[in-house]
Amino acid sequence: MSTNPTTLFDKVWDAHVVRKIEDGPDVLFIDRHFIHEVTSPVAFLGIENRGIGVMYPQRTFATADHNTPTINQHLPVADPLSAKQLAALSSNAEKYGISIWALGSPKNGIVHVVGPENGITQPGMTIVCGDSHTSTHGAFGSIAFGIGTSEVEMVLSSQCIMQPKPKKMRITVNGKLGKGVLPKDVALYIIAQITASGATGYFVEYAGEVFENMTMEGRMTVCNMSIESGARGGMIAPDETTFNYIKGRDKAPKGEDWDKALAYWKTLKTDPDAKFDYELTFNGADIEPQITYGTNPGLGTGITRKIPKASEVKDGEASYKKSLAYMNFQEDEDIIGKKIDYVFLGSCTNGRIEDFRAFASIVKGKKKADNITAWLVPGSHIVEAQIKEEGILDILTEAGFELRQPGCSACLAMNDDKIPAGKYAVSTSNRNFEGRQGPGARTLLASPYVAAAVAVTGVVTDPRELIEEEATV
Amino acid sequence: MAYDKFTILQSTAVPLPIENVDTDQIIPARFLKATERKGFGDNLFRDWRYNSDDTPKQDFVLNNPIYSGKILVGGKNFGSGSSREHAAWAIYDYGFRCVISSFFADIFKGNSLNIGILPVTVSEIFLDKIFKAIEADPKTELEVNLPEQKVTILATGESESFDINGYKKHNLMNGFDDIDYLQDMKSEIAAFAEKSLY
Repeated sequence: MSTNPTTLFDKVWDAHVVRKIEDGPDVLFIDRHFIHEVTSPVAFLGIENRGIGVMYPQRTFATADHNTPTINQHLPVADPLSAKQLAALSSNAEKYGISIWALGSPKNGIVHVVGPENGITQPGMTIVCGDSHTSTHGAFGSIAFGIGTSEVEMVLSSQCIMQPKPKKMRITVNGKLGKGVLPKDVALYIIAQITASGATGYFVEYAGEVFENMTMEGRMTVCNMSIESGARGGMIAPDETTFNYIKGRDKAPKGEDWDKALAYWKTLKTDPDAKFDYELTFNGADIEPQITYGTNPGLGTGITRKIPKASEVKDGEASYKKSLAYMNFQEDEDIIGKKIDYVFLGSCTNGRIEDFRAFASIVKGKKKADNITAWLVPGSHIVEAQIKEEGILDILTEAGFELRQPGCSACLAMNDDKIPAGKYAVSTSNRNFEGRQGPGARTLLASPYVAAAVAVTGVVTDPRELIEEEATV
Repeated sequence: MAYDKFTILQSTAVPLPIENVDTDQIIPARFLKATERKGFGDNLFRDWRYNSDDTPKQDFVLNNPIYSGKILVGGKNFGSGSSREHAAWAIYDYGFRCVISSFFADIFKGNSLNIGILPVTVSEIFLDKIFKAIEADPKTELEVNLPEQKVTILATGESESFDINGYKKHNLMNGFDDIDYLQDMKSEIAAFAEKSLY
């Protein structure tokens, strides 16, 4: 052990600093870069205008996801602007020799789902994408964060970005999670405790028994939501769960390369006496299924609780009241029993196979409520195939649900999957901002269990009432 | 994309005293479909600014002719949410060159600096003074002095200093960007890449 104890974050960051600029940012080398159709076209245009090329095209991976339709993907994309962005992604990828999983490819899907499931995401890497939920990849012990389009242009043209090193925060959750509590609840609970800006300026490491016992899918959900507390990213030290997940995947190292990589990955953990700028500790047993009631992800609470009074919240009173007015909710009223119109299961937060297993475990043998329109959108074609193989599709069909095709869908409603104005949606996605899921749409963020409980009852329901024994997820 | 150099900006300001202004409010996702960086200012704060039939919402500050200027003053945690640089483009394209708040989301702050908008972080007390000064007189001018790293309410003379790293300050004052900087160090990057594990 080194005499100077360091954090996991320091180890990975410091190994990627090409140059330190005095009174300025670090020049950080980027191992993997993901691009999609929305935030990359202007970056390619910039490269062309400057007459510079792509330095390492083999380090960039393209997938179409943000504005792809989730039905009839075999047909031409009807919206001309979306079609133009998708065409631009494909032609830019082809022109510069970048690997692409375009609409229609069997490996197509949401960028933060396809990266890990194909073994592109690995411990110790620096990973960026023009999308704030790039933090998802931190589940593997990589430093992963969202960037703007100017930075996409930097990575394409120089494989580097310039970033001041963030401060470090460790969030430890000890103990065990209760019945019906999923990783999404852990994430929403943390954000509700520290607010939507509580981790701004920090990079978070999640530690403790709760995360050690989590599957990779669960860890991805938690790291995905890091940005919703303001953190640039979140990461979890890689362990046997991580290595077992990666081994054998398409782009994972093989043979001797695997052994070499594994030996390095095993060194990627925070030293016992390493110092963080900020530490928080929570108890897993205190977390119940969560739901949000306001218009930022920090405005959430335990599903059995009442909507807080304005005097009790950390946000400014005026902003809080504006938020409740948008939702048409009152202070001090119950969330349980609220009538819901739409349920969305999907997104880079909860569009993986375990999320569909969890949803199916609750709706099995029941029927979709008549007042609910449900959009079930797998994160990728690989997830979609697995849903079919495992018989989950049969359970869903039997209960009156349909499965759509992969994409970001109603999470940000860039395609046609828009929640109508004034309607309430319980959504497994990541943001409940005003209009996020469609102009005037009202979003309540929750876990796949809660979404399933709502889907079969038509109102906000505590999923624990529908779980007879501890479900195995 | 080149931007105008930033040194000293003296202007009236537009107040938006709302906390947690997220990037979906600054520019909703359905307006991110362009393949070129043009016209984003038209959709700045689209759903706060216009009704669903595209008529202006009279009570929104951008539709109130008494407020104008090149400085936008926002509540705490401005720019939270997505990494869309389109949010910064929309603010720039509308005509703002500076955003003042007591707290910025990280990605928004970085994006702004990369395209020539100066994000100025002031104390909550000073932010409140700015809001009150504009409320008292919408023609109140602010001076944002980048070389001296100071923002002043000209009517009262009250001022506060702000932080910015020397590298970004130099870039903004000279209209330079990171892409130029990185292009100049490509051989150093190539040597680094040789040793990369991945």
